[in-house]
Amino acid sequence: MVPLEEVRGMEIPENIKKRLSIPFEENFYAGHTACQGCGAALGLRYVLKAYGKKAIFTIPACCSTIIAGPWPYSAFGAPLFHTAFETTGAVISGIEAALKAKGYKVKGKDGIMVVGWAGDGGTADIGLQALSGFLERGHDALYIMYDNEAYMNTGIQRSSSTPYGAWTTNTPGGKKHFLEKRHKKKVIDIVIAHKVPYAATASIAFPEDFIRKLKKAQEIPGPSFIQLFAPCPTGWRSPTDKSIELARLAVQTAYFPLFEYENGKYKINMPNPKKEPKPIEEFLKLQGRFKYMTKEDIEVLQEWVLREWEELKKKAEVFG
Amino acid sequence: MPMRKVMKGNEAAAWAAKLAKPKVIAAFPITPSTLVPEKISEFVANGELDAEFIKVESEHSAISACVGASAAGVRAFTATASQGLALMHEILFIAAGMRLPIVMAIGNRALSAPINIWNDWQDTISERDTGWIQFYAENNQEALDLILIAFKVAEDERVLLPAMTGFDAFILTHTVEPVEIPDQELVDEFLGEYKPKHAYLDPKRPITQGTLGFPAHYMEARYKVWEAMENARQVIKEVFEEFEKKFGRKYQMVEEYKTDDAEIVMITMGSLAGTLKEFVDKKREEGVKVGAAKITVYRPFPIEEIRALAKKAKVLAILEKDISFGSGGAVFADVARSLINEKEKPIVLDFIIGLGGRDVTFGQLEEALSIAEKAMKEGVEEEVYWIGLRKEIL
Ligand SMILES: Cc1ncc(C[n+]2csc(CCOP(=O)(O)OP(=O)(O)O)c2C)c(N)n1
Ligand code: SF4
Ligand SMILES: [Mg+2]
Repeated sequence: MVPLEEVRGMEIPENIKKRLSIPFEENFYAGHTACQGCGAALGLRYVLKAYGKKAIFTIPACCSTIIAGPWPYSAFGAPLFHTAFETTGAVISGIEAALKAKGYKVKGKDGIMVVGWAGDGGTADIGLQALSGFLERGHDALYIMYDNEAYMNTGIQRSSSTPYGAWTTNTPGGKKHFLEKRHKKKVIDIVIAHKVPYAATASIAFPEDFIRKLKKAQEIPGPSFIQLFAPCPTGWRSPTDKSIELARLAVQTAYFPLFEYENGKYKINMPNPKKEPKPIEEFLKLQGRFKYMTKEDIEVLQEWVLREWEELKKKAEVFG
Repeated sequence: MPMRKVMKGNEAAAWAAKLAKPKVIAAFPITPSTLVPEKISEFVANGELDAEFIKVESEHSAISACVGASAAGVRAFTATASQGLALMHEILFIAAGMRLPIVMAIGNRALSAPINIWNDWQDTISERDTGWIQFYAENNQEALDLILIAFKVAEDERVLLPAMTGFDAFILTHTVEPVEIPDQELVDEFLGEYKPKHAYLDPKRPITQGTLGFPAHYMEARYKVWEAMENARQVIKEVFEEFEKKFGRKYQMVEEYKTDDAEIVMITMGSLAGTLKEFVDKKREEGVKVGAAKITVYRPFPIEEIRALAKKAKVLAILEKDISFGSGGAVFADVARSLINEKEKPIVLDFIIGLGGRDVTFGQLEEALSIAEKAMKEGVEEEVYWIGLRKEIL
């Protein structure tokens, strides 16, 4: 790997590197094959920064299979295991068990992080059973669901994590059948129903918050889960330079609020906790996938967003 | 001193696993195999086996967890049957393609529909193309031995493929027989510690496994699996010899019985071989020149051994508990494939028998034999026969 200093032609003093809230070291290398502006690729970069080489990754069939690079290339500086679509929860269980049987330290400070990195389809749909098994059995590993709200790898089909009103290639509109008719499935609520020690939402627009959560997931024993909001310009029909802005708007509109659930306690991590959520239109209007929504549709979605947001605030109030 | 114990086939399989000391076991209950992981969990609970036992939520996850564990560099074991094995199907290819020497015990059971928990070989036969080595046991002793042998073969540097050992549902899984449990020390010597050299996950040596293989590379990866399976022929023979030296029991790819002067050789696998040998004894007393052969290793298929056997006989009669609809039995197809370019070859007939736990009686074997005798004298009428059908309920 070429050191970043060389690329940028500047020297960064060691003492400053140490103080950075986002680790300086790169373990997700140039030459990966993600689309321009891919939120998932940025997410991977942060995870590989947070854990360095002390992690073992498992990736099921999804865009990240491709992003990591075809044989004989790999963009990963840490070991990576590619597996079948629905198996992430089971494979990380097996890896964790094997490492323990070999006497390795897993999780915790200096422990190896066993990380599953799966899409919303591989998590909320086909992989839900294996995820549940992994959570319920209490393995010391981290499962990250990077949420781009559809099956992107197969060409933008809806998943149960696709929001109301979205166009996808199998919710195309048409006279009889409208766009996606169901609201986004709250996978994290299903995870929390397992009473896991640690679950959180995160966003590529808030990397410091994300890295902090990754560190927490490392420190807290037992299974942890992070749902990472990861815009996909290709599938969302959005400009490639707007991914971070979109991820930020998703938080600011409370469409995808940032929060943590730690040992039974909820904590909301919004950037401006006092501020009222922005109207959902601000998030919608930058994306081609929402352009078919009528005024009424937008109202339906807006209502859902605010209701969910109120519910979360209540939870944080009661179980804070 | 080896210990002799009376036990069920499932217990023999559990003992084999205990002796092989896998570090990770992941399994899910299914009749008739449930007792295997149950017994293993007892071993783990009593501290007799030092392993992580993952109580997964499905067979799909059982094999996936084994894949993860094996990829992380430890010996991994599971057991299943029938629907459970079918559910694993997708991951069986991955285990083989990733060259992970996982070992699995199978209580050979029929597949739905109709629902049936009894014995035939449709479950393992349907997985013959996944890249797994396949052994079939005749009795409980063989079930134990062939699981130990499976580990040794699978982990051999020249092979590195997963392996499954099948033993018939209920006929073996739930039937008690005396079984000799080998000494742990000897087994330790025989198997050694599993230390993968190539593909294993370790942060000290970051590698990527199972990447996308473009058309420019995929075929070579598949060829390597073919090559490994071909290598397995030699390795299995060596391991059989070593096993015999250490434990005194002899195994062969194909075991022949009274074939030397036989006109008709009846070929089968699994526990049916026991019945068949008795039947041959009876027919020999009656002066019929019939012999028997048992296929112990189905993948890689013993092509050379079948060719040698074919030289001795006028008719090969395959008795098999599986069916490929629209073609015939799988063993029949493999035997035919072995002989197709031989200058002189015997008649080959296929008898589908004992599906879904139907008892295979001497009467049924008589029926098959008489069809074979007729074909020998008058020529082939049909190739595939269903034996023991109840015509009154068809
Ligand atoms: C058993 C199985 N069914 C279907 C597929 C095809 N497939 C591969 S990736 C994918 C969608 C992945 O969606 P998601 O998990 O959301 O990840 P993304 O591609 O959006 O990043 C599908 C349907 C498969 N690989 N395996
Ligand atoms: S389709 Fe979307 S998720 Fe997939 S690589 Fe492209 S931008 Fe990333
Ligand atoms: Mg997706």
